[in-house]
Amino acid sequence: MKQFRKKPIFRRKLLDMSVRVFSLLTLCFALFCMGWILWATFSHGIKSINWDFLINPSKPWGLPRNGIANAILGSLLVTAGAAAISVPPAILGGIYLAEFGRNTRLGNYLRFGANIMMGIPSIITGLFIYAILVVPTGNFSGFAGSVALAVIMFPIILRTTEDILLMIPDSLRESSLALGMSRARATLKIICRAGRTGLVTGILLAVARAAGETAPLLFTAMWSDAWPTHYFTQPTANLPVLINEYATNSPYEGVHSMGWGAALLVTFAILGMNIFCRLIFKDPKHD
Amino acid sequence: MTNENFLIKPAAAPTGNIKISAKNINFFYGTNQVLFDNNLEIEANKVTAVIGPSGCGKSTHLRIYNRIFELYREQRVEGELLIDGVDALGRDVDVLELRRKVGMIFQKPTPFPMSVFDNVAYPLKLHYKLKRSEIGEHVEDALRRASLWDEVKDKLKKSGLALSGGQQQRLCIARAIAARPEVLLMDEPTSAIDPVATSRIEELILELQQKYTIVIVTHNMQQAARISDYTAFFFKGKIIEFNRTEKVFTNPSHPQTESYITGRFG
Repeated sequence: MKQFRKKPIFRRKLLDMSVRVFSLLTLCFALFCMGWILWATFSHGIKSINWDFLINPSKPWGLPRNGIANAILGSLLVTAGAAAISVPPAILGGIYLAEFGRNTRLGNYLRFGANIMMGIPSIITGLFIYAILVVPTGNFSGFAGSVALAVIMFPIILRTTEDILLMIPDSLRESSLALGMSRARATLKIICRAGRTGLVTGILLAVARAAGETAPLLFTAMWSDAWPTHYFTQPTANLPVLINEYATNSPYEGVHSMGWGAALLVTFAILGMNIFCRLIFKDPKHD
Repeated sequence: MTNENFLIKPAAAPTGNIKISAKNINFFYGTNQVLFDNNLEIEANKVTAVIGPSGCGKSTHLRIYNRIFELYREQRVEGELLIDGVDALGRDVDVLELRRKVGMIFQKPTPFPMSVFDNVAYPLKLHYKLKRSEIGEHVEDALRRASLWDEVKDKLKKSGLALSGGQQQRLCIARAIAARPEVLLMDEPTSAIDPVATSRIEELILELQQKYTIVIVTHNMQQAARISDYTAFFFKGKIIEFNRTEKVFTNPSHPQTESYITGRFG
């Protein structure tokens, strides 16, 4: 038999080592940036966080007991509204893509459309809702903000729903149908149930993403010092626009500091939500 | 040495009560034909084994009997499949009722993401109007028939996914039985399971044939020899030989069958 000449092992080991070191370095860089952002937000923001800050509405600078409670409530309202608008159609659309529209023309168009939607800059989404909802009604409103955020959340939830359902093996679909279940029942009662942790995670991640969006709210929910009592007809306070206002539109150091406080709140709320999602999704028994 | 143009129509071996009769079945994945003129008669309350090398169409053939292949749009069948004398491939056949009547066990156990009890209760609630207490009785009955009751009677509320692989497979058998089928299709039911659990399931199959007509696809020839009354040998989408199991294994009429069962290929 012919003897094979061996390739030098040293080069392969060197390549292996350098790839490993390089990827470790880039990881450290990414973590460093994240740590820096978190630290900056925390160190600047923590000074302004106190009880009064959390329970009082915002007021012009100089008035006593100035807070951001109206923006917290408004943000919750606008985000919840966005979820209510986007979640049902997005989940149903995701089910269609994964269960019924695989390799169909309509399914491919929908998926392509959702991918495009995800790439649209959020400020364009804001302008679009401004044009179709704010201009005709003549009102900025929390509802318009919700619709803008819903447009952002919809494709994210749609695609995660599809991805999660595609991860469920076909054998589970087959064994559901083999018992005499209809396709609809098998999908809703067995497949969605098997993937429900993933579905909830997808929704929460989309909410977390939308909760921090500023641009779509600038021309829709806008901004207000009032409590968010007129969700459908008037500008509604919210945290991202408040941060934008306080950080850029005031000469007072105290206002900047309150902006940092609000930023800290938003950042850690979203971070907490993401961590929560990872934790529940890690649970191997989806049951 | 292989002669492709074998006699395609196998001898109609069963003499007893015929439950399923497949006539001139052709099957296609898109434009690719994978089954050719399959003719097979399945006798009631017997175990019929389907053997053959990988990719020869055994599972494909089985998956026609409950029309589960219809889940995939590109798959298509031609021919006639008489179950109790009625063509199950007909347009006006109620597929949901067909699948109640013809249950199926898959290669990998597929418990639903719910409790052991709910897994077995599911087909009961799906197909029958029963009181709560009756459901409980029938769940116990199905689990006993699947010889799983003693192992799970204290953990009925636990997730079906928490059982061992062999237990999960018996849970799936119990679930299939609960729908009160007449035929049980088994697609390599023990290939993902350890030897001890396998022998339990083989014993179970021997018990179940009193009540059900069983068709089992298996890679394991000893298994086919141990548990089946009839054996069909598939090769490249054709049924090469079909006869009583002892005949197929001791005195096969076709050289291809012989080389397969003696381990010369496959």
